[in-house]
Amino acid sequence: MTSDVKSLYQEIILDHNRNPRNFRQMEDADREIEAYNPLCGDHYTIFMKMNGDSVADVSFVGSGCAISKASASVMASSVKGKSKAEAEQLFDIFHKLVTGSYTGSLDDIGKLAVFSGVSEFPARVKCAILAWHTMHKALNSKETKSTVTTE
Amino acid sequence: MISHATREILFDVARIRKDFPILARNVRGRNLVYLDNAATSQKPHAVIDAMKRYYETENSNVHRGVHTLSELATRSYEDARLKVQRFINAAHPYEIVFVRGTTEGLNLVAQTYGRTHVRKGDEVLISGLEHHSNIVPWQILCQQNEAALRVAPINDAGEVVIEDYERLLSNRTKLVSIAHISNSLGTINPVKHMIELAHRRGIPVVLDGAQAVPHMKVDVREFDCDFYTFSAHKMYGPTGIGALYGKASFLNDMPPYQGGGDMIKSVTFEKTVYNDLPYKFEAGTPNIAGTIGFGSAIDYLDRLDWASVSSYERDLLNYATEALASIKGLRIIGTAKDKAGVLSFVLENVHPHDVGTILDREGIAVRTGHHCAQPVMDRFGVPATARASFGIYNTKEEVDALVKGIYKVKEVFD
Repeated sequence: MTSDVKSLYQEIILDHNRNPRNFRQMEDADREIEAYNPLCGDHYTIFMKMNGDSVADVSFVGSGCAISKASASVMASSVKGKSKAEAEQLFDIFHKLVTGSYTGSLDDIGKLAVFSGVSEFPARVKCAILAWHTMHKALNSKETKSTVTTE
Repeated sequence: MISHATREILFDVARIRKDFPILARNVRGRNLVYLDNAATSQKPHAVIDAMKRYYETENSNVHRGVHTLSELATRSYEDARLKVQRFINAAHPYEIVFVRGTTEGLNLVAQTYGRTHVRKGDEVLISGLEHHSNIVPWQILCQQNEAALRVAPINDAGEVVIEDYERLLSNRTKLVSIAHISNSLGTINPVKHMIELAHRRGIPVVLDGAQAVPHMKVDVREFDCDFYTFSAHKMYGPTGIGALYGKASFLNDMPPYQGGGDMIKSVTFEKTVYNDLPYKFEAGTPNIAGTIGFGSAIDYLDRLDWASVSSYERDLLNYATEALASIKGLRIIGTAKDKAGVLSFVLENVHPHDVGTILDREGIAVRTGHHCAQPVMDRFGVPATARASFGIYNTKEEVDALVKGIYKVKEVFD
């Protein structure tokens, strides 16, 4: 196995792919956003419930590649319980991380760090960032239902 | 009758590989294993050199100047038309229109023949196997002309159900457009029979030949198709150039596609007289270098014996099908009896995109995704597949490398 394949498909990513966390419908969601990558067919729906300025709950359903699914799973568990500002900050860090412009320490960003290998795979950046973009849109969306696509 | 053994000698893959410079390069430290030929094929020295020679020694505009270079360029450009004519056995050179590729060929037919012959309430019939480029132009036309698009379904093997196809041919059907070979599954359609069925009802037929021309001898007069369109880049030629064949009776009757230079005889502000075939459909300065490269790719293929090519490729596909089918958890999508060059597959619990990334790290290029054929993916209930597609330079050793690569994928995910 080449080492960069190992760095992309780290054990934590494979685990989140096999057993995604917060992988469920949410009946009482305030926001329900469809996320779609038409190039590879990654297709998720992300649910969000706000409590004032903080994210009370996030969940998702759908299917796609290991990177997109693990990323959605990690996103949901990272953002849950955070304030809007904190969630946006995580989005910013994740965006920089997978596009190779993050300059901080990997030790400071918890399990997000497992996605540091993605920047070596330009074709996979969209997979990794899909759920995060959708979350970002959900935070800033006034509509209850909408769609995000990567193209 | 040439025996199987003699054909293998006639077809020397090691020698062919030497003609394609890119096959000598490494990808990520490994020998390139290029199995994405249905997307685009690699180019032999002959094609690359022909285009270089044109730019270095003949570059000028065609059909315009009286100067030497323009005459040379015009001759090379028109020679390529004669080569295409012979390649598909068209009756006349003016039945060959140069286009950017198959997509433009299909759009041209939709917006000229289609716009003038498909009327409100009429129908256009395609199949469930089609590439988006043989769906969307007809959808646009049907929207413009208030017509309806009908789709002949495919079975679980990925073959068009001929009874359903025949049933869908009605007096409302004004045009049939089908793939000669499916890009996503490799199914070879029984086009001659399908054309006969349509012609019996007086319905003209367009064939999308993009995937067929690199794999088999195409004879448009034997098929009796009314239009046939294909791209050079899938048959070892350059990108950005292709051909549309149309029977002269159809082409003559059709309005121009685009307006501009070269497609006119005379222009005043009041009235324009259009040029003769095929120039009526070739507005603007064409892709001259590409056309010359296209001609050179035909010369290259003409030097090969088609029977040997077909037999070699069939053997390779059978070998690959057997090898992949033996991998546990792997499902081949598209199991038509008559297939060419394409193996689409899915791996249990692994998304095709992850398959593609890991194979790439082994130097193996396959296509992953929906292959511009989302309705085909929907039909088989998969979001995407991984697709290995073969060309004349691929070998059994490369199939072995693919199998080894798939086991690496399984190692990561199991």
